[in-house]
Amino acid sequence: MTDTNMARAQLAQGEEAIIEFNDVNKWYGDFHVLKNINFSIKKGERIVVCGPSGSGKSTMTRCINRLEEHQKGTILVDGVEMNNNLKNIEAIRKDVGMVFQHFNLFPHLTILENLTLAPIWVRKTPKKEAEEMAMHYLERVKIANQALKYPGQLSGGQQQRVAIARGLCMQPRIMLFDEPTSALDPEMIKEVLDVMVQLAEEGMTMVCVTHEMGFAKTVADRVVFMDAGEIVEANEPHEFFDNPQHDRTQMFLSQILNH
Amino acid sequence: MAIIFKPSPSLPPPVTSVGAVAWVRQNLFSSPLNIFLTLFSIYILYLLLPPVIEWALINATWEGSSKAACTAGGACWAFIGVYFDQFMYGLYPEAETWRINLAVILLVVMVGAFAIKTINKLYLSIAIIVAYPIVAYFLFAGGVFGLEVVETSLWGGLFLTVLLGVIGIVASFPLGIVLALGRRSEMPIAKSVCVVFIETIRAVPLITILFMASVMIPLFLPEGLNFNKLLRVLIGITLFSAAYMAEVVRGGLQAIPKGQYEAADAMGLTYWQSMILVILPQALKLVIPGIVNSFIALFKDTTLVYIVGMFDFLGRIQAANHDSNWLGTTVEGYAFAALIYWVICFGMSRYSMALERKLETGHKRN
Repeated sequence: MTDTNMARAQLAQGEEAIIEFNDVNKWYGDFHVLKNINFSIKKGERIVVCGPSGSGKSTMTRCINRLEEHQKGTILVDGVEMNNNLKNIEAIRKDVGMVFQHFNLFPHLTILENLTLAPIWVRKTPKKEAEEMAMHYLERVKIANQALKYPGQLSGGQQQRVAIARGLCMQPRIMLFDEPTSALDPEMIKEVLDVMVQLAEEGMTMVCVTHEMGFAKTVADRVVFMDAGEIVEANEPHEFFDNPQHDRTQMFLSQILNH
Repeated sequence: MAIIFKPSPSLPPPVTSVGAVAWVRQNLFSSPLNIFLTLFSIYILYLLLPPVIEWALINATWEGSSKAACTAGGACWAFIGVYFDQFMYGLYPEAETWRINLAVILLVVMVGAFAIKTINKLYLSIAIIVAYPIVAYFLFAGGVFGLEVVETSLWGGLFLTVLLGVIGIVASFPLGIVLALGRRSEMPIAKSVCVVFIETIRAVPLITILFMASVMIPLFLPEGLNFNKLLRVLIGITLFSAAYMAEVVRGGLQAIPKGQYEAADAMGLTYWQSMILVILPQALKLVIPGIVNSFIALFKDTTLVYIVGMFDFLGRIQAANHDSNWLGTTVEGYAFAALIYWVICFGMSRYSMALERKLETGHKRN
């Protein structure tokens, strides 16, 4: 980290919002998928987004690095407005790591190459340095011995841990998780969640769409509940689970917790 | 005391399920229908093979200076022997054919050098793609270092066929990729240009394009601005093939899951970076069979240049068939043509299969 980066990080440590949604609206054709989203996330905050399928939670998360375009309102990430300016988008994407439901590792590259691709081509890191960093992160997700294999040779849980390491290799300021455990077998969910908990403890800003309520309870600073394109309720996990304000939240929680 | 579990030892499989006998049983005599088909095929081979071998080998005549020498009743391969040089080089001056041989040897050596581990593959690729064509051009055309000038109208035979095929393939491949990307682009102008180009070229027969290239274009060009006919034909073949290639590549691009595009975008890769590093390597691997299919078709389609007065391999053979000394050798000529085309196309096909195996990463387990 350079000195200026360090200074910026310290400056932001206080109350400064790193992600801001102001009156964000989005439509898929006629379908109003995000309705007046107003929300801000502070640096270092861990946000868990939950809600029924089709509620817009993935879409909202994907607006943060502009994998989806919003049509009305403004989204500020790290003080930069996400609009059609390609330079801004590419700059923000360098600083925002993303983990997908289906891992989306590149099957034609080895695990190591998957991790070094973006540092080498986007950050222009020398190859050797990028590989050292990649091995460091692979060790952190406890998978360094698989570095020379291809994604197709790994289990789902291993692939998702690689995907997290791949995101971290860009040394992002924000990590987005879009249902990271939904495509995994039950016994593999834990190994992925363990890595995410560890990451949260280190103070990474995280936005995580998930149905893992246990994870939300232990890790989240705030839990956001969405339904029909709106943020219904956002609260600290303790309040959210024990004392939900809206009947819609209560119904959702009763369905998801009592099965 | 806990009971210790010991796995039972593995037994060898029964003799009837391994080895040659088992293979024959399973594949040739597994059912009454299969037995019947096997015996029927053997019978057909028994009927066909002996006469063919007799004609092509036992009763064949290998030497002689005219059809009259072929009296054994079999194939008259002497015809191929006498005309061999013309089939290979067309009307290229006999004293200069070493230049073609040298260029071919040079290419084989350079491509073979990829097998050497210590060599820098990037420099080698650049040498083959950039330096080699220049060297080869001057070797073929002459005019430098005291090499005699050989007009392109004298180029012919298998030399011309391979030249058209190789340049057509090498040039149409990148052009096809760019067209495919253009067709999937979100930029309306680039997209429409590519769609119109692809749909127009695909809707026109190659012969029409060759006629356009050889006859029509010179009429439209101002006096004195006429360029080489071989070059015009080459451009025609390349554009034609590129349109087909574009659609093959587009098929591959569409087969790549959306998540791959998103993952590349989310990392901050630019459009060209994500295409070249992430999408195309996967898409092209998927459509290797289709690409090779197009290449083989292109290679054989080059025979159509015969129609615009260029004598490629097949053209030379047909012309030689009209030699009054060798009337009645059509079958030998076409058999030879078929054999050479088969060897080259089969080689391409095998190469593509080897390439597919080499690039396979999905199910490989250690």
